[in-house]
Amino acid sequence: MKKFWAWGALIFGLLYFILPLVGMTNFSLKMRRGVYSLDAYAVVLGDPRFQETFTYSILMALSTIVFGVLLVVPTAYWVRLKLPGLRPYIEFITLLPLVIPAIVIVFGYIRLYNTSSWLPLTGTTTGTNILLMFGYSTLALPYMYRSVDTGLRSIDIATLTEAAQSLGAGWTTILAKIILPNVLVAVLSGAFLTFAIVIGEFTMAALLNRPAFGPYMQLLGANRAYEPAALAVMSFALTWGCLGLIQLVSRFQKGAQSPA
Amino acid sequence: MSFLNLTSIQKSFGPVQVVKDFNMVIEKGEFVSFLGPSGCGKTTVLRMIAGFETPSGGTITINGKSQANLRPNQRNIGMVFQAYALFPNMNVAENVAFGLRVAGRPKAEVDQRVKEMLGLIKLDHLADRYPYQMSGGQQQRVALARALAPKPQVLLLDEPLSALDAKIRVSLREEIRMIQQQLGITTVFVTHDQEEALSISDRIVVMNAGKADQIGAPAEIYNRPATRFVASFVGTLNLIEAKVVDPASNRISIGDQGVTLREPLGNAKAGDTISLALRPEAGSIAPDAKGDTALTGEVISSNFLGSVIRTRMKVGTAVISFDMFNSPGLVPPAVGETATLRFTATDLLIIRD
Repeated sequence: MKKFWAWGALIFGLLYFILPLVGMTNFSLKMRRGVYSLDAYAVVLGDPRFQETFTYSILMALSTIVFGVLLVVPTAYWVRLKLPGLRPYIEFITLLPLVIPAIVIVFGYIRLYNTSSWLPLTGTTTGTNILLMFGYSTLALPYMYRSVDTGLRSIDIATLTEAAQSLGAGWTTILAKIILPNVLVAVLSGAFLTFAIVIGEFTMAALLNRPAFGPYMQLLGANRAYEPAALAVMSFALTWGCLGLIQLVSRFQKGAQSPA
Repeated sequence: MSFLNLTSIQKSFGPVQVVKDFNMVIEKGEFVSFLGPSGCGKTTVLRMIAGFETPSGGTITINGKSQANLRPNQRNIGMVFQAYALFPNMNVAENVAFGLRVAGRPKAEVDQRVKEMLGLIKLDHLADRYPYQMSGGQQQRVALARALAPKPQVLLLDEPLSALDAKIRVSLREEIRMIQQQLGITTVFVTHDQEEALSISDRIVVMNAGKADQIGAPAEIYNRPATRFVASFVGTLNLIEAKVVDPASNRISIGDQGVTLREPLGNAKAGDTISLALRPEAGSIAPDAKGDTALTGEVISSNFLGSVIRTRMKVGTAVISFDMFNSPGLVPPAVGETATLRFTATDLLIIRD
């Protein structure tokens, strides 16, 4: 009887999540009347705005990941090594993007960095791109920081640092050759999450008026029937692809660091 | 020629002073062990030599050069840690090569030196292994090779054998000593294991509460402990309270039995209580035992410890332990039996704190 309810709950859950996806995928394949086809996908992929916005978002995601790694890895490392008392405060700061809506952050940016401010980042395209990247980094901070911090917890950074120092290594060498390679899997986890967040983000890109993938999906959804469904399926596949990669690299790490 | 000089070294963590006026001169090529219980400051001194802690006072010089303004990576000091600290992302050869690569040595030289070092620790066949694929003893040998590869001027070993099992510990300590003598490298070894320190050191510094209680050769530390702490920390020791009978003739009494000491009693007056130390292996109750001094008492216990039998006897209020080497024909004294312990008066040491 117990098993019956357990299976019942599982099947209900699966249907609750899978049915809409099946429905959406089914709908995305019905652009041509009466037959299943990939027409909606072909239209989306052939749309120059799709290519432009998707490429833009990928580039932004990669820049955000690079900036996030450069910001978070040394910070989390230094806090663990030299300032452990600051950890609760840093954790609190990194959690703030979860409770402060993106719209508040972006309005703050626009007020602070508008064309009449001391640092008019919104005055140029490059400046606005940089501002958007900072915004994305802020949104991804809780995930990136937690991933890296968890990775750092699994190694004895104090002793490894001292060992490297006694062998003549400076801080840059220690970070690049010892710390980063040993938390690479954690960094990759954070990077994939960042990628997934950036690809789908709408608010910041729309309010800073940048040609990102999020606003494009919204625009398409408001004006077309089958293409948004195809886009949603593609976006969903991309996000799950990222999550699959996290699983893959985590498994790789477990294999690589099994005890003797 | 003095090589590593530690002059009036002090270290405080907040209000707690963990190292107090520590002075030490180490010769080139010498193997010195810092021996003491946990929290005595031995690792702190080692870390100050390495540059990981900054002394609150005093100076450290290596080969005449002050280390005060040098960061750890500028000191050319090799260090081996208790927790091995091999880089998990690098294999054995890469670990050993790390210091040389950081120093920008040419590839051919790095390869040659790595080969040489792996030969020294007899692990040439494991060059491609990663740390997690090796035993603790193998990892620590790699850590030793890695520390030695850049030819450091001083080698620091921070309880390198503590995490290993007993058998490996003994073989590895012998290997460390052999390599140290082969390379002639000045070495400081931190341990809380007296056997380790006694077996491989040229000199031992016995540390207590942040200062050096005694510095000397292993035999000197063991046979002539300078303080009560050294006497009780190094080896097993009987601490016997005795009364001064006649200071002029060095005559004392243990219980109601008189003993004449070889060591002068100094300023002690008749009736004063003094502390004496006697090693368990110094005396014997065998009928043919030699010795110019004898104490008679009642046997209160006799324990078989394998290679020796440790017997405790009561002399007045003092309880004295002594060891007899086990042999097939040996009959240990029975509890309650009266026995006479013979020893040489020079083995009875006055402990002056």
